[in-house]
Amino acid sequence: MRKVKEFIIEKLIFLSGLASIFFVVLIFLFLMKEGLSVFKTISFPDFIGGNKWYPISEPAQLGIKPLILGSLLVTLGAAIISIPIGIGCAIYIAEVAPKKLKEFLKAGIELLAAIPSVVLGFVGMVTLVPFVKSIFHLPTGLTAISGSIMLAFMAMPTIVSIAEDALYSVPKIYKEGALALGATHWQTIYRVMLPASSSGILAAVMLGIGRVIGETMAVMMITGNAAVIPTSILQPVRTLTATIAAEMGEAVVGSEHYFALFAVGIVLFVISFAINVTADIFLHGERK
Amino acid sequence: MVTKINIKNLNIWYGNSPAIKNLNIQILANEILTVIGPSNSGKTTFLRMLNRLNELELSFKMKGLVEIDGKDITKIDVELLRKKVGMVFALPLPLPLSIFDNVAYGPRMHGIKNKNKLMEISEKALKEAYLWDEVKDRLSTSAFKLSGGQQQRLCIARTLAVEPDIILFDEPCSGLDPISTAKVEEAMVRLKEHYTIVLVTNNVKQAARVGDRTAFFLSGELIEVDKTQKMFTAPFDQRTDDYIRGIFG
Repeated sequence: MRKVKEFIIEKLIFLSGLASIFFVVLIFLFLMKEGLSVFKTISFPDFIGGNKWYPISEPAQLGIKPLILGSLLVTLGAAIISIPIGIGCAIYIAEVAPKKLKEFLKAGIELLAAIPSVVLGFVGMVTLVPFVKSIFHLPTGLTAISGSIMLAFMAMPTIVSIAEDALYSVPKIYKEGALALGATHWQTIYRVMLPASSSGILAAVMLGIGRVIGETMAVMMITGNAAVIPTSILQPVRTLTATIAAEMGEAVVGSEHYFALFAVGIVLFVISFAINVTADIFLHGERK
Repeated sequence: MVTKINIKNLNIWYGNSPAIKNLNIQILANEILTVIGPSNSGKTTFLRMLNRLNELELSFKMKGLVEIDGKDITKIDVELLRKKVGMVFALPLPLPLSIFDNVAYGPRMHGIKNKNKLMEISEKALKEAYLWDEVKDRLSTSAFKLSGGQQQRLCIARTLAVEPDIILFDEPCSGLDPISTAKVEEAMVRLKEHYTIVLVTNNVKQAARVGDRTAFFLSGELIEVDKTQKMFTAPFDQRTDDYIRGIFG
């Protein structure tokens, strides 16, 4: 009887373990099946490299270069803003802040992570967008830079909490060793703590970027959604994610447009996957 | 002999639990003071107080006077104090850099940039740590290629490169084999010519081998301090005798 029970539990756990990978494979297969169909009508280079995204014109023009560049521009902007602030914040929390302030700041960071992206997008739309419009004297504030600033807020919690963990897990003896040589606090942080935790910090950055590139709601609300090749960060852009979210509802099932959106999904999947794998390589590097 | 370190009525607590109780001791210039005692006796606290590394613990509290060369250490700039009072840790802790860069690390941090000057300092420090002959042909190879004993002597050289007066050793041989231990001990004995050395060790025999004087700590109290030879032949206190003979601890 006990053996039977043991057997059943073992198998149940085994199935739960398989479930995660099973769903990933299913989603992946579905994405591939639908997405790859688009290449019956358009070649791969024309799809990736085409300058025009007019999916409902006749004939449909399905070049996603403006979307890819839009995503990359917004992400790059967000990275430039969030990486220095995020790492600085992590250093402050891990090394400098007094204990009570540290707890307070950590709670604040967690709270920031808990804000739904649509709420952030909404707040950005009514505060940040007019601000960007007036400060740069633009015809519209719905620009790539508004999206970058907003997404920087969303990447911050990821970057801060993982980088802080990485700094915290540097063996105490490293820090003491540096201090015992007469290093100042900042010299210890800069020359010992940061290099020792560099792989964890890089992973934090990659995961932060991964979060940004996959974000949909906030960017859709505040980047203006113009599918043109961006020439400046002060222009409206459209990202890969926003395109799928905005157009999937109106695309006719089985149409070229519909398949193209799935193919956009594949591109997005490949980018996020690459970022996550990179982050994972860095994290594993740290464990060695 | 000149008094190098003077400690008067020192009490240390972590939170509410006392770690050092009413300590009075003088450490003389150019001697090796070995500190022995079971764990929780306060010997490591004693050592880490001398370069104020204890202050990293938030619950650390200290009362009393600690003077080095007649100056109250709490009134010296802490980086200067730690430059003057070097420390070698229990685990050899080479940085993931070349042998040369490891030794030059401290001087560089204190602002020396001239390559020749750095080379000069490193050579001197490596010679003093009795490592020079073993590494002089491969200064640019990674410090991780060295054996455990060599790594520990590298750490000694790194400490020496900052040009301290006093060197604190915190169980420097706890992870080393007997032959490496012998080399580190040899280095320590020769170093006392130019430096004052405080050695905390769990190895009673090591204390007997290298110490000029030995201090025995128990539960935060200094039980006795005396010439090493006297301590190991005719200790004053019964508890010291018991500890040395291995009856407890």
